[in-house]
Order: sequence, then structure tokens, then C-alpha cells
Amino acid sequence: MNFALSDEQEFLKEAARSALSRVKTVEAARSALDGAALPDLWPTAVEAGWPGLLVSEANGGAELSALEAMLVFEELGRVLASVPLLGHLPATFLLDRSGAADLVAALARGETRAAFVPARPPSDLGEGWTVEPAIGMTRAPAPSCSGGKVTGAVSWVPDAPGAEHLVVVLDDGRAVHVRASDAIVELATVYDVTRSLGHVTLEGAPATLLELGDRDAAAAWYIAQALIGAESIGAIEVALEVSVAYAKERHTFGRAIGSYQAVKHELVEMLRGLDNARSLMYYAGWAAQDKPDEFPLAASALRVAAGRALDHAARAQISVHGGIGATWEHDAPLYFRRAQLSRRLLGGTAGAADRVAGELLTAARAKAA
Amino acid sequence: MDLNDTPELAEYRTKVRAWLLAHKHEAPDGRGDDEASVAARRAWQRRLAEGGLAAVTWPAEYGGAGLGPLQQVVVNQEIGRAGVPGIFDIIGVGMLGPTLIAHGSEEQKQRHLGPMLTADEVWCQLFSEPAAGSDLAGIQTRAAQQEDGSWRLSGQKVWTTNAQHASFGLLMARSNPDVPKHKGLTMFVVPMDAVGVTVRPLRQISGEAHFNEVFLDDVRLAPGSEVGPIDGGWGVGMTTLMFERVAIGLGGEGFGWRADRFAHALLADEACTRDAETRHRFGEIATEFLALRFTGYRMLTSLQRGQIPGAEGALAKVTTIRAAIAAGDLICDVLGPEGLSDERFGELVSDMPGLKSAGGTEEILRNMVGERVLGLPPEPRLDKGIPFSELRAREREAVA
Repeated sequence: MNFALSDEQEFLKEAARSALSRVKTVEAARSALDGAALPDLWPTAVEAGWPGLLVSEANGGAELSALEAMLVFEELGRVLASVPLLGHLPATFLLDRSGAADLVAALARGETRAAFVPARPPSDLGEGWTVEPAIGMTRAPAPSCSGGKVTGAVSWVPDAPGAEHLVVVLDDGRAVHVRASDAIVELATVYDVTRSLGHVTLEGAPATLLELGDRDAAAAWYIAQALIGAESIGAIEVALEVSVAYAKERHTFGRAIGSYQAVKHELVEMLRGLDNARSLMYYAGWAAQDKPDEFPLAASALRVAAGRALDHAARAQISVHGGIGATWEHDAPLYFRRAQLSRRLLGGTAGAADRVAGELLTAARAKAA
Repeated sequence: MDLNDTPELAEYRTKVRAWLLAHKHEAPDGRGDDEASVAARRAWQRRLAEGGLAAVTWPAEYGGAGLGPLQQVVVNQEIGRAGVPGIFDIIGVGMLGPTLIAHGSEEQKQRHLGPMLTADEVWCQLFSEPAAGSDLAGIQTRAAQQEDGSWRLSGQKVWTTNAQHASFGLLMARSNPDVPKHKGLTMFVVPMDAVGVTVRPLRQISGEAHFNEVFLDDVRLAPGSEVGPIDGGWGVGMTTLMFERVAIGLGGEGFGWRADRFAHALLADEACTRDAETRHRFGEIATEFLALRFTGYRMLTSLQRGQIPGAEGALAKVTTIRAAIAAGDLICDVLGPEGLSDERFGELVSDMPGLKSAGGTEEILRNMVGERVLGLPPEPRLDKGIPFSELRAREREAVA
């Protein structure tokens, strides 16, 4: 038994951190709120081989596992780096499995980009494959396909703007490849401008059906859940580091504020959330590889733990810093915006909690029967 | 990431499983505290000891299996899988025995470890006092050495599990009140049948009495009863508490506090499993239990690499208690008033408020993690460097 990162995985993280440190991503995130363009980090991603991370070696990728992708996302999350991999990686995962070799090789090299147009797999409550609505909580049916033409609308699709290829999950759990030029992609970036979002409308768009295994489309959804979770872990790390440093140097009533239990316990709560989320990230990484039956549970639990912990950490960071933490003088509002948007994307943190319950109840029913 | 057994560990697991299968019929069924149940549980511990499953990590020279924490976890898992109880004297074998092995004299080890292992002699831990829990170094039980090297002890201990069954206790007492409080403590082996030792049960919310108060009224101890150096008892006690943290950090699932078990309990009302709020609450609670399981594997990996478990293990205790409180509330909300009289879940509800303070209150644990892991400055202390006797006088003055 060995439940720690390997040397190679530690190295991958270090290399990602070092590559991202060459660009002032957090400053760029602030400027972008005022309309400045974000730095293009795609060349950095290409140089590091991230676009082909989940692509098999036969198709020119690195053939690494979901855990390595999560480790890269942890580093992206630390510095709020805007790299369109949340859409690209699950899309390449599906295309690679369907055997579209030439396209996948180009995607792995980062010459062109793909976006995953997600649908949430059915739950134990009997609902079908559903997608995000433009507004409200009621989920809509995923797009449908007949006669090689796909029709439907999916809102809040990560990294759809600028992608040339869309991998659309259908209402029956199959997936198709659609050229973005055959779809309407409306820019929907909101609140956290480091996160590129689009509303995708398909009106009889020509589609190529992907030959996939039974669980692949669901696995892509859960990979996306795990990646958001991992990215949140990175943001919590920074919120905690910055808050701890401040609590050691800021003095009130003659002593450092970090010596007061009220502040100390809040910081420890950030650490507790971080530590629990990290354990679940390892669980999700292990399950993706060794226990695919449990991957839906593991990825959902990671999303819940990391989402809840980031919600808390983003607010705690502001409180520990006092009033200044709520102003643009500080980075805390940027992490707060990240937390607020993340918890509402891709089914939301609450949706993932429901999924954890659903997976465990399904297992319990099967065992009782 | 690899949770598979190595071939050696798989072989060990097979052996353990086979032994349990062969001896399962000898195991008692209950966890009762009455005389007959306790006798049966002690007899079962003897069988486990004979099978090499009672003290997995003790060195072989003291009757243990001489194996590592991984093998201990395999034994715990297989005992759980077989549906039989584990050892009776968890505190003795898990915490006090290892403390004796680390700090006791050879004579103490030879005399005590064997009967402890077979549960012929049960042990209890006599550290906490009514006025010294979180601030354990403030204990007032007085140990005065006589000219012949013997000791006279007077004071009161509390929260003593198994005191009513115990032959011996490991007791921390103040041997020198005229030095700062951590520096004047000594650890002792106390025979529980000594003249002047009185045990009184303490009933808890559930009505059960898992703990006792222990009164010591001029108890005489033979020379050489001290464990470790005279006035060096604090360091000995820290060893015990380190083993306690490991046990708690790796132990939640041993109490049956597991996400799958709670899911099963919710099936009692099938409609509730479709209720959005119930599902949401359960999803969040289950997430914490899952996190604990995999935090446990991370801790084990560190142990296996020879790293000493750090203060982070304290966070596992905080999460365990919080999640168990929330789980008890949820299950009993679903079952209704009847849930409170359910043997498993009613007791879970009743026991958690006390367990929140057992093994370190949540507040103390958060202080420890904040200071040792995050490096935050401690609260200013008013007792540093002051002799204990003077400190007591100052406290009395402040109250008056």
C-alpha cells in the first residue's frame, strides 16, 4: 500500500508551478475585471504537454491518468490561471477513446482546441442525461441526435469560446463530435473573468457519433467534477498561506492576531477543509485508475469537499484580513469570485453532494436486496 | 497511489482471515459491560493473543507479533470483516503497553506486558483530573517519596475507562510542586486493589457508565513503581497521547461510523432517500467520512515510511466527531423519536457530546494544529516558568 504522490507526480506539480510562475496571472485576473485581455497561456500549456495529458501515447499524448490532470489543475487553481483545459481534457478523453486518431493527435499537440459540452449522467432518482439551463435550477434534457444532426442547447459550457471542436453528450448517453463552426457559441463569461464560458446552441448541426464504451460519457462528466475540485484545492492552499502569513504579522492589542483562538481556529478550519479535500483527490485519482466503479462517488465527494472548503476559505481569507480583504487592493476578492462561480458550474457543489448520496444509497439498496 | 496488498501483506491477510474463520465460533457476540460479557470478551482477547492478533505491533520479545502499522490495519479490517469483536483492553494494549515498552524498566515489562496482552490483567489510564483536562500538566494528585524509596499518593482521577475491571493503572502524579508544572510530574504503575483506591462509576447521557472516577486516599506504592525518570512523567505521558492520537485517527471506522452503514440506515424510510434535503445532508456527511478513510491511508503511508504521526492526526479526530454528530442527528431525524432509543443511533446521539472532549477537546486540538502545523503564535500564557505551588496560590488569590 502506498497512498502518496510518486516522485514523478511531485515533479509534474513542481514543473507546472514553475511554468505558471513566469506569468503574473493573479495581477492579470484583476486587470481583466477592468477589461484588459488575459495573457495567452496556451503556449505554456502546449510546451508542458498538458493538452495531450489524457490522450494515449498511440495518438501522440502523454497517456497520464486523471490524477496527473488534477495535479496540474491544483497548480492552475493556485494562481487563477486561465487555461482552457477544463473543456479540453474531458473532450480529448472521449475523442481518444473513440479512435479519431488524426484529430486527437492535433488536439494533443495543442494545434487546435476542443470543448466538452457536458451532460450529467442519470441518478438513482431516475432523471435522464441533463444539462445546465441558462437561468434557474431546473436542468434541461441534453441535446438529441437523429439522422446525423444534433439539436439542443447547453449553457455555461467551460472553454467553449474559441474551441474548434465540440464533444457533445446526448440525452441517451452517447456522444458526438460537432465542429464549432456548425454550432452557435455565445460568450457567457461572467463574474470570474479567468473562467471562459459559453452558451452552446445546436440547430441540426452535422454530428459524428463517437464509438465509446458504456461508461465513457459518464466518466468524462466525473473527470470534469474532479478537475474543478482539484482546482479549488489549489485556491484554498493560497488563501490559507496568505492568511496565515498575515495573521503572524498583523498585531492588535499588542499581539499577533494569529495568537487569538478565534482567528487561529478559523485558519485551522481552512486547513481541515484542505486536508479532507486532498485525501479525496487522492481517492478520486486512485479510483479513476484502479476502481472505476467508485469513480463517480470519489469524484463527486472530491467536488463537495473542495467546493465547501473553498467557499469557507475564500470568506475566511477576507475576514482574517479585515476590511482590506474585501477590496481590490487585495487578491482575496479574486479568489472569492472564483469560489462563487465554481460552486454553481457543472451541476454545482450541491448537485455533487446529491450525487454522493445517490451513489451510496444505490450501493446500499443493492446490498439490502 | 496503490491500495493493494503487497504479496507479503496479502499472504498475511490470508493467514489472519483463516485464523478468524477457524476461531469465529469462540467469539462473544455482545459488547456488554456486565460481568459475564466482560469475562467472555477477556477470554476472546486471550484467544486473539494466542493467534498473534492482539498486539500486532509489539516487539516479539514481549509477546507481540513484531509487525508494523500496516499489518495492524489488516488485522482491524479482517476482524471487522469477520464480524467479531476486537480486543477488550484497547487502552492497555494500544496505548499503555507501548508506553511501558518505551519507558518502563525491564522488570516492569517482564511483569506486566504478558498478563496485559492476554487480558488476565486489564489496565486503565489515570491521567485526567476534575481540575486538569485540557491543561493536563495542572494535575494535583500528589506523590510523596518516603525515605525508603516508597511513595504515598493522594488525589482524584476522572474519565477512567475500565477502572472497575482493571488490575493496574498508569497514573500521572505531581512529585515536585516547587518547579514549573510540566517539570514536577512522575508516572507510576498503581495496583487497583491497593488500600485507599476507590472506583466510582460516572453515568453519562445514555445512562451507561463507560467512565469512572478514581479516588486515591494515601495509597502506598512500593519503591520502583515509577515509570521513566522521577519528575520526567510529562514526556512519558506524551508517548501515551501520541499512541492515542494514532488510534483515534485510524479508528473511526472501527466504531462502525462509515458512510455505507449510514446509507443502509436511511433505507428504513425509502421515501426519505428521495427527499432533496435528506440527500443533501447525507451527501455532505458521507463526504467527510470518505475523507477520513483516505486520510487514514495517507497517515498509514507516513507511518510505514517511519515518519512519526504529527499533529495533523488531531484534525482527523475533529472531523470524526463533527461528522458523527451530524450523522446521528440525520439518522434520528429520519427515524423520528424511535431513533433515540435505537441501540446504535440513539447511543451515537447521546455519546457524541462527551466524546467531543475525550482525547482532547476540539478547541485544544485546534490550538495544537494551529501552533504546530501552521506555526501560529500561542496565546500568551500566565503559567510559564512559575513553580506549580506558587501558581496555585495565585489562582486562589485571583478567585478570592
